[in-house]
Amino acid sequence: MSELLSLAERIVAQARPGEQVEAYVSRGTETSIRVYEGEVEQFTSAQSEGIGVRVIRDGRTGFAYAGTLDASVIDEVLADARDNVQFGTPDEFAGLATPDGVAIRPLKLWDERLERCSTADKVRLAMDLERHTLAGDARIRVESADYSDGGGEAAVATSTGIRAHGRENGCYVSVSTLADDRGETMTGFGFAVGRDPAALDIEKAARDAVDRATRLLGAGKPSSGRTTVVLDPFVTAQFLSVVSATVNGEAVAKGRSIFRDRLGDQVASPLITIVDDPTDERAYTSTEVDGEGLATRRNPLLSAGRLDRFVHSSYSARRLGTQSTGNAVRGGFRGTPGCGCIAMQLVPGDRSPQELIAGVDNGVLIQMVQGLHSGVNPVSGDFSTGASGLAIRNGALAEPIKEFTIASTLQRMLLDVAAVGNDLEWLPMRATGLSLVIHDVTVSGS
Amino acid sequence: MGQTPNLARMSNPTNMLVEREVLSSVLAAALGTGAEFAEVFAEDRRVTGLGLDDGKVEQVSSGRDRGAGIRVVNGETTGFAYTADLTEPGLIAAARAAASAAASGTGGVRNVGLVQSDRRVVSPVAVYPDTIAKATKVEMLLRANDAARSAGSSIVQVSAGMGDSRKRILVANSDGLLATDEQVRINFRVSAVASGDTGMQTGVQSIGGTIGFELFDDNDVEELARRAAQQALTKLRARPAPSGSMPVVIKCGTGGVLFHEACGHGLEADLVGKGASVYAGRRGEQVASPLITLVDDGTMRGEWGAIGIDDEGHPSQRNVLIQDGILTDYMWDHLRARKEGRPHSGNGRRQSYMHLPMVRMTNTYVLNGTETPDDIIRATDHGVYVAQLGGGQVDTASGDFVFGMVEAYLIEGGQITEPLREGNLIGNGPQVLQDIDLLGNDFAMGSPGTCGKDGQGVPVGDGQPTLRVKSLTIGGTAA
Repeated sequence: MSELLSLAERIVAQARPGEQVEAYVSRGTETSIRVYEGEVEQFTSAQSEGIGVRVIRDGRTGFAYAGTLDASVIDEVLADARDNVQFGTPDEFAGLATPDGVAIRPLKLWDERLERCSTADKVRLAMDLERHTLAGDARIRVESADYSDGGGEAAVATSTGIRAHGRENGCYVSVSTLADDRGETMTGFGFAVGRDPAALDIEKAARDAVDRATRLLGAGKPSSGRTTVVLDPFVTAQFLSVVSATVNGEAVAKGRSIFRDRLGDQVASPLITIVDDPTDERAYTSTEVDGEGLATRRNPLLSAGRLDRFVHSSYSARRLGTQSTGNAVRGGFRGTPGCGCIAMQLVPGDRSPQELIAGVDNGVLIQMVQGLHSGVNPVSGDFSTGASGLAIRNGALAEPIKEFTIASTLQRMLLDVAAVGNDLEWLPMRATGLSLVIHDVTVSGS
Repeated sequence: MGQTPNLARMSNPTNMLVEREVLSSVLAAALGTGAEFAEVFAEDRRVTGLGLDDGKVEQVSSGRDRGAGIRVVNGETTGFAYTADLTEPGLIAAARAAASAAASGTGGVRNVGLVQSDRRVVSPVAVYPDTIAKATKVEMLLRANDAARSAGSSIVQVSAGMGDSRKRILVANSDGLLATDEQVRINFRVSAVASGDTGMQTGVQSIGGTIGFELFDDNDVEELARRAAQQALTKLRARPAPSGSMPVVIKCGTGGVLFHEACGHGLEADLVGKGASVYAGRRGEQVASPLITLVDDGTMRGEWGAIGIDDEGHPSQRNVLIQDGILTDYMWDHLRARKEGRPHSGNGRRQSYMHLPMVRMTNTYVLNGTETPDDIIRATDHGVYVAQLGGGQVDTASGDFVFGMVEAYLIEGGQITEPLREGNLIGNGPQVLQDIDLLGNDFAMGSPGTCGKDGQGVPVGDGQPTLRVKSLTIGGTAA
């Protein structure tokens, strides 16, 4: 058995009568390399570890963590969590997960090739990325080219019988660009993600970073009005992450979801089918177990626009009289699990992005959005975000445009989806991307 | 307090996080490959958090992080390693890792004589939050919940949270610097959801400071909760925000984020140095309306972004960035200032010992003008009045930025009229700075904020008097 799981087990074995105890223990390593103008600018190499302990007694929850696995501190963490437990408000639904019989689907989340990759090879990847990017266009400068990787293992054990342990590693490269032309500067970025450094597509990352920065040079402000937008896959993935808040079981239980009373209703265009599937190894966020140690599973959320299911942690499930869907999420040992989508996928349509654009008389291709965190309110559904991209005229891409906003409501945007692309992209996010056509969105420009 | 005895022991401020002799040998190890600069940043951070939602105090939590980050600079290369092990062997292992990451040769032995600077207290603390009983804090959350729910029967949900932190830092470097600081912060936030015929709307309010529990002597959490509830209730009758460009009046104390995004990031020397800022090479030029004097000030007692020293050990400062519209200086960290052969400005900050420092803002604000806020509104025939801004985001290279309106109203015929639903505003930083045509005399600081840059968050404050921007694009849906 893993050392971390044994450690977690030793802590939960100390549970007293009437007490539930959970221990989450993790340990990881990190390497990050930043290259600038052909030289290593920053090189970070580090290890970290920590523990989070949750205690539940009489419906009250206490939690404590420490950024170390030092034996002298671990007992203090349990004592702190026990101290904290006396101050909460009793909640009949508070509790840890219990084993639900769903088998863990083994995933390949660890790649030995990453462990064997030499430091020199990692530096070379960042240097290659900078060089390829600079070669892409004479107007391009590189602000930074990065290589990062990380590997870690985590274990969770509870006095209610949960035992889970896993490890994973991954690596990525990313590059930030500046494009200068006639006194104007635009920015761009590109990235590639994987578990095997040799398989990272450096050339695509470089090409994306060049394209993103150069395609907006000379951009003007569009005029205001209602129009059709085509979301680029990267933008669609960000849109999906906003949608995820509306199917969150905890938000539903607490009355904060716009769809709280809409299970079974048609809430989106029939073209929209969304699943949350952390068991798909292609997803960047795929994982065998959720934040409470239950097996993850494939959950259909919207089927042909009909709202099928909310995602649940054990807490939100108990509150709503249902079962956990394996959707407890936790951000590491410093916090307790919440509830949320883990790996959303929008099921692709059958048309290419070129065909989608050809089908739009007049509209806007949205390539970047800015301020999703400040202009979108998933509780009211109000949606407003800064954007840039290309105008679409008579089914063809036209001049670049920037410094405008697109606005609607989440409810309307889901219903106004007019076409779904076939260009599925796996991104370093909790959602996949593909091109999406949405009608009747307000553009505010000049 | 009896309930957390170990905490009191660990926070003893007379106790150095790492002994001077150990620091000297760690720095010597870090310089072992011939590097020109090495630094140890050690941190001990304790946090307490309480969260109320749905009428219940759901969780009380506490946490501790303790460790050191070691930086070694060799030519243009910075090597960095961090460890949670503050023993001498642990630190020396990290120092060797950082040194080898930055290595180019061998250097022999260099000994560093450390001179400890006196600790300067920028934000004195009267009552340490960790000495207040958790039961007292719980009771405040419950009072806030009751106050928000009593504001109207349409309030259907309330959440509230309180967090406090006590952070001790120590910085030692190969220039002989040895400095320490203690930063105590506390914050309280309330959000409310109101439900009506038009759907649901939200309101949110927060306060915080680099201060002890005395924050609540002058700030009533029930009043804060009522304001959050009122905001949500008001928005139930809000109409969609307009779409297009028009004059925007921003209430005092809420628009600092405008300057943070529109120009603050662009005045950070690391971005300037890489030519990633629209303000690069523009010192001495008129970059803003002559009404604008912009200051970044880490010494502002009690404010959320206040620090005694920055995370490179330099004392915080008050730095004038723009004087009467003219760009006077950028903000600097140690490496950039050293390269330019100029003094640092106390702006080298990092999220934790696990991060490298970079140029960051502290408290960024615009000084008073002469107009009364009423006159500014009366002078505006048709426009938008923003009573509370939300977060923002900027592209420093182009200067294009957005920020959200959490609470806004129409201005018609010089009067504030109907409330508006939420939306983003969009503008171009250099243009907006020139377009500020009226500046009020009612300066106020705003709510606590967290500034994100390159994946690191640090606490920042901002402030400004009521002001008008001649033209901004409002991202609503109404014609």
